[in-house]
Amino acid sequence: MQRYPLWKGTLVAAVMAVAILVALPNWYGESPALQLSRHDRAAVDAAAAERIEAELQEAGVSLEERFVDGDGRLWLRFGAVPAQLAARDLIQRNAEGEFAIALTFASRAPAWLAGLGLEPMSLGLDLRGGMHLVYEVDVAGAVSQLLQRMERDFRKVLRDARIQYQDVAVEGDGVRVQLRDPSQVADARKAIVDYDATLAVTDGAAPGTLVAALSEDQVRQRQDFAIQQNITALSNRVDALGVAESVVQRQGLNRIAVQLPGVQDASEVVRLLGKVATLEFRLVDTANSPAEAARTGRAPLGTRLYRERNGSPVLLKRDVIATGEQLIDASFAATQGEPAVSVRLDSRGGEEMLRTTRENLNRPMAVVFIERDRELVERDGRQVVVDRSKEEVISVASIRGVFSNNFQITGLTAVEATELAKLLRAGALAAPVYIVEQRVIGPSLGQDNIDDGVFALTVAALAIFAFMIVYYRVFGVIACIVLTSNVILIIAALGLFNAALTLPGIAGIVLTIGTAVDANILIYERIREELEVGASPMAAISAGFDKAFSAIADSNVTMFLSGVVLFMFGSGPVRGFAVTMCIGIVASMFTALVGSRALIHLFYGRRRRIERLAI
Amino acid sequence: MMQFLKKVPSIRFMQRRRQWYWLSAAMIVASIAVILVRGLNLTVDFTGGVVLEVGFSQPIDLERAREALDTAGFEDFQVRNFGTASELEVRLPPAGTGEAAGIANRVMDAMRGLDVAAELRRTESVGPQVSRQLGEQAALAVLMTLLLVLVYIALRFRWRFGVGSLVASLHDPIVAAGAIALLQIPFDLNVVAALLTILGYSVNDTVVIFDRIRERFRSMRKATPAEVIDRAINETLGRTIIVAGCALASVLFLAVLGGETLRGFAVALSIGIVIGTYSSIYVAGAIALDLGASARDFMPPEKRGDVDDLP
Repeated sequence: MQRYPLWKGTLVAAVMAVAILVALPNWYGESPALQLSRHDRAAVDAAAAERIEAELQEAGVSLEERFVDGDGRLWLRFGAVPAQLAARDLIQRNAEGEFAIALTFASRAPAWLAGLGLEPMSLGLDLRGGMHLVYEVDVAGAVSQLLQRMERDFRKVLRDARIQYQDVAVEGDGVRVQLRDPSQVADARKAIVDYDATLAVTDGAAPGTLVAALSEDQVRQRQDFAIQQNITALSNRVDALGVAESVVQRQGLNRIAVQLPGVQDASEVVRLLGKVATLEFRLVDTANSPAEAARTGRAPLGTRLYRERNGSPVLLKRDVIATGEQLIDASFAATQGEPAVSVRLDSRGGEEMLRTTRENLNRPMAVVFIERDRELVERDGRQVVVDRSKEEVISVASIRGVFSNNFQITGLTAVEATELAKLLRAGALAAPVYIVEQRVIGPSLGQDNIDDGVFALTVAALAIFAFMIVYYRVFGVIACIVLTSNVILIIAALGLFNAALTLPGIAGIVLTIGTAVDANILIYERIREELEVGASPMAAISAGFDKAFSAIADSNVTMFLSGVVLFMFGSGPVRGFAVTMCIGIVASMFTALVGSRALIHLFYGRRRRIERLAI
Repeated sequence: MMQFLKKVPSIRFMQRRRQWYWLSAAMIVASIAVILVRGLNLTVDFTGGVVLEVGFSQPIDLERAREALDTAGFEDFQVRNFGTASELEVRLPPAGTGEAAGIANRVMDAMRGLDVAAELRRTESVGPQVSRQLGEQAALAVLMTLLLVLVYIALRFRWRFGVGSLVASLHDPIVAAGAIALLQIPFDLNVVAALLTILGYSVNDTVVIFDRIRERFRSMRKATPAEVIDRAINETLGRTIIVAGCALASVLFLAVLGGETLRGFAVALSIGIVIGTYSSIYVAGAIALDLGASARDFMPPEKRGDVDDLP
């Protein structure tokens, strides 16, 4: 009788041992948790953690576990979703504005598994609840922003070079310059090339005109930049929301997908993510009467009319001291018990602020808060962009001392101050974004989906197991072990690749069990055929595996190919399904061809003589 | 030993293949007709729009829900039960950017008028530009899968078999899509995944039979191609039935127990498994035969006296 190579048996045992270890945390599962991070990004200290636990105990909310992770965030794990939500409400009430609270899940596995870096596989939004957003970036808008800036700069460049122009205007992917005096074309060309040597400057149709065009590369670069910049800005904003395991990634040419597990308040999130907020610092005009200006609707020369939050009019000087673009950092702070935003400007903004405050001591200065929303709405069947802008004076205060790049803004409530600090820190969006896809799955639906999916999986597996054992007896038992190993391998692989399990993913596993049986059946039917033509048991096993190989390989390769295509061209749920299917196919090839053979040899290989096989 | 087929049957599948061609052609024509006439029940994934799933504490009357939405000022909406009588799915036309959340709040206000415990279980809002692209992507995925499968089978089994498997595997998703249109199963991205899986499953099934045909062509030198193909199909029939049964059982459990979200997917797969099994038995081999498949297709270019070739 031939012997089964020892190294193959060892390999199977080793692979399975690793797979079982990696898949083990899933046995313990996860339970609902809260993740608390401080708005000022400092670590949560032990005293605060104990205080919260005491508060929860007092309110009768039972806590299963509490720990502070490496990033200084406090985790609170609960037995069920209602306790988690009750705790969130309680903490929100008691410590308003202190923490960003994220709904999440925490592993129930013992600490030694977490110590090895092993955690339950992450669940997709359809299983755990949460929000999925897809933004489309207006890349054309990003290019036109650049062209408008070029137009503005050209006017300045030409003025500085003392070249008179009739007109400077954006035209296509470039800017057209019409000069007063055609003889200055060469000078104008030089001025433009000095401004940006990468522009292609050509003569226009009429004499005395020049066209400076962006190359295709430059247009593409600008579009890429806009998307990258928006991804950064959106990531910052998402981070500021304090959502655990959030994902911001590019999708296709001009889309950005955002996944926010556990997030339920869609309107709030959409508002915060899409908002463009900035600040302007201006001096207050005290020479004229704001009431008069508000009545006539005309602001005196050199001033602009604004409204304070209480609605009263205020006149501000036209010249801006500093804007939000010069901002380096902003954070929530409290001065003498009053909420404030602590602001740091770059050196240019700081110099200007220093000069202004020195010259205008004891005069009032205003902080203007500007918020822009851009919306895409359907009007008469066409999509129209509507800009909404809100400018309001959030604080007017006398300049009490000289300061430069580090100061505080007051005059806001705690919540407003927190939000403003977040928005300022997140930076501006480089190009307008529109939501083109938005999905929110409630936590109870997620739990139902898991329960249903796992139940269907268990019943399907048990039914197939029962059939296999009745039909193939000892070999059927081996097939069941092989199929179970198959599922363990899939779970371990998902964990290793850090792929999230989704509902279509569970469907993929169910289907894999259905077809993984195929590989075993092909082998067993072959062994039966060989036995029928009179082969000895060991020869039949050996021939069965060998002859079934080409069918198993060819059919699995074609299935695998279609899985790869699904992954490449599909999106969302289709991808989740394709990943588990492909992993499942590889796992079932391994278990059926190598694993089950090792088991059969383990069972029959030690006997000296085998009269018959239980197949 | 338990066996469904006590001995290898000798059904002459190839003899009456004309009649199976007619059946297949009729099914394809009927499917396309149903798809064109009744139309697929496209979901927001492909039409764009807003879908809300609302859970109630008790069974809810659809008519009352419609009235409540009407009163709340909604137009052009559809309401249906989702899974159970105490769950509703509301479909609304596409919303502007960032408006979906506001719409969800208004719908929930209306629904809480019917039942204070109404709970928003899911919101999906897909813009028209995304839905168009999702449709194009799905079509592209089908085409690419077919092309890859054709190339692979042609490489492994010669082109006659490649065409046979292509026809058989194209046949299956079309008929399955026809059945989906007939039953008006909601056609979403999951169902597209199901159609692609049907394609994969059908090819898988066909390949197993082709593998046996290849083997028998090498061992049955005296037999006619039709006899060889019949023999191969008969020999693998036991396996074909068991595997189809197992796969069918697992997706039927998914359809019954897996929850409403996966029901369309599972039903589509069940139909596809039945059709896929039929086509790999009756269609794939027959087409290869009519294209002139013979033992010559599988003769090794040089004779080296392979053991496999001995009878």
